[in-house]
Amino acid sequence: MTKTPDYFPARNFIDELRRYQKGSVTRRHFLGVTGLGLATAVLGGAVPGLRPRKAYAGLTGTLNVTTWPNYFSQENYDNFTKQTGVPININVFGSNEEMLAKLQAGSTGWDVLVPTNYTISTYKSLDLIEPLDLKLFPNYDPAQQDPRFLGPGTIDGVTYAVPKDWGTTGFIVNTKSTTENPASWKDFFALAQGPLSGKATVHDYQLTTIGSAAKSLGYSFNTVDPKELAEIEKLLVATKPHLFAVTSDYQPAMRNGDAAMAMCWTNDAAQLNRDLPEMSYRLGKDGGEIWVDHYAVIKGAPNRDAAYAFLDFILTPSINAKEIEAHGTPTTDARVLKLLPESILKNPILYPAAGQLSVLEYGAAETLTNPDRAELMARFKSA
Amino acid sequence: MTTTPRPKLVTALLLAPAGLFFVFLLLAPLAVVLLFSFGERAPAGGYVPAFTLQNYMDLPARGKAFFNTLTLAPFGTLLTALFAFPMAYFLAVKTSPGWRVALLILVMAPFWTSQLLRYYAWMMILGNKGIPGWLATLGIADVRIINTPWAVLIGAVYGFLPLMVPPIYVSLEKLDKRLLEASADLGATPIRTFLQVTLPLALPGVATGSMLVFILLMGDYILPQFLGGGKVFFIGNALVDLFLQSRNWPFGAAVSVALVAIMFVTIYVYMRFVLSKSGTRRAALV
Repeated sequence: MTKTPDYFPARNFIDELRRYQKGSVTRRHFLGVTGLGLATAVLGGAVPGLRPRKAYAGLTGTLNVTTWPNYFSQENYDNFTKQTGVPININVFGSNEEMLAKLQAGSTGWDVLVPTNYTISTYKSLDLIEPLDLKLFPNYDPAQQDPRFLGPGTIDGVTYAVPKDWGTTGFIVNTKSTTENPASWKDFFALAQGPLSGKATVHDYQLTTIGSAAKSLGYSFNTVDPKELAEIEKLLVATKPHLFAVTSDYQPAMRNGDAAMAMCWTNDAAQLNRDLPEMSYRLGKDGGEIWVDHYAVIKGAPNRDAAYAFLDFILTPSINAKEIEAHGTPTTDARVLKLLPESILKNPILYPAAGQLSVLEYGAAETLTNPDRAELMARFKSA
Repeated sequence: MTTTPRPKLVTALLLAPAGLFFVFLLLAPLAVVLLFSFGERAPAGGYVPAFTLQNYMDLPARGKAFFNTLTLAPFGTLLTALFAFPMAYFLAVKTSPGWRVALLILVMAPFWTSQLLRYYAWMMILGNKGIPGWLATLGIADVRIINTPWAVLIGAVYGFLPLMVPPIYVSLEKLDKRLLEASADLGATPIRTFLQVTLPLALPGVATGSMLVFILLMGDYILPQFLGGGKVFFIGNALVDLFLQSRNWPFGAAVSVALVAIMFVTIYVYMRFVLSKSGTRRAALV
């Protein structure tokens, strides 16, 4: 997935988090969050993983972690530095393609990478990430992972990446500005061309925009069939004059009322809904995307030891729970689920009913690198 | 005063920084771009060496982006010049020296804040709750500005005005006021004086400013992305997508080469035109 660019939301997110914690939401909610935050902190101190460990001894240098905006807990990273003496240098990117482009260009000095499911096979085939030595981070337990999310990181039985968080691509509707009740991608595109003309946005991202349009026509999210792509192009080009924008940074437009409906990722939906309850997130009944982000170690990482120590540290359930509480994106780890507050677990945006997920598809590596889809997107954007 | 000829070594050393800069940061990268433009895209994106002209044959696939850029960039430059000229004229001719500095600083002031921040501000001003909202209260409903080419043009004028005003100001400031008096003495109306004396003498400034703005607009992608809402597709946006999204580096390189070629031709023609105009007039006057 593409995350929203870091300039606006990065800062915003922290503010929003503070607001949220200060209780512009209900008092009970507030107590729940802060109370549990405290509880986690106390618990964390009692857990062996948080105390200095032998395994972390002897580490030197800096660790370079390449990830997404708003996607980590600064407190966790600071604690890692306290325990290991290794400072973390964070590189933030806006899309998987940019990360890949940078890595392909060579000598990044990165150690740990956060790739999305559909890029892992590409990284592997380009020999950019190493097969993970699971013995080096015992806090990761595959048996505790939701099996649905174990597939993309494993290639030919070898683990190249371990799950970090997962989410979906649906759409968000401002129920205050429309009485329409879209439930599918078919509804989404019909509304965008009709009653919500001038008030809808789609992603500036080939995978999800073409994929979701494909679902509205009953095709696979990953279609590369020329005939189906031609139909998708017709739909997208016909929709374009009605769109408010083609952008992956849709939170500002949704917040100020310029847009009333937007193609949307889980984490943006959770942030929008937390501040504005009228923001309603829906998954297409006709399908759509499910994604899972991973941790991977760069081949030839300059600080490989620290990279594995970091994986071991961050995947410790109590620490990972703090991670989830900081950025809100759903976890793949059953042990972490048990530590999360009700307010997060009961949020249908973050943890939709399993039935809704069954129709969703993973984006495929071939979809992302398909030249026909890239050209279609360029024609759509310049139409 | 006589000057002794400078030793060759000193000359070489003095020229070295600029020379190295041009070779390693301009010519070498351009050579790489040219080389890549004849290559092929690797299956997963990137570049594999090859020799093909296919990337150049594919250029029409970005024809719309070239067209958008080549219409909006000159139009945006023209609008900026039209806004900048009266400002520069006012500053150089009509303002007292004391005020001049303060006003010039005000012209530059927007540059002190981040460009992104200023575009976000314009997104609010041009958004439906901004100017269109006020117009709606006056009874003019359903005006749409944000995410149209007009919003991009407004952003261009606003964003590039501080680049256009100073060169024109400098030209006008050097203007010998006696020429204006002479023109009036010889019976020319103020309009005629402006058209036949002031404007030709300010033309080099206008040309410099226009070049600055035009070149930046031709390659811009943030402005169309922000104020055009991704619906106004410039060649800069096409390049970003080709290099960072579909990672079709060879095609991206070919598009870059085409862009550079178009810029060279446009700028050459434009400079020839401007120089011929200002050159002859100046010779006639002085």
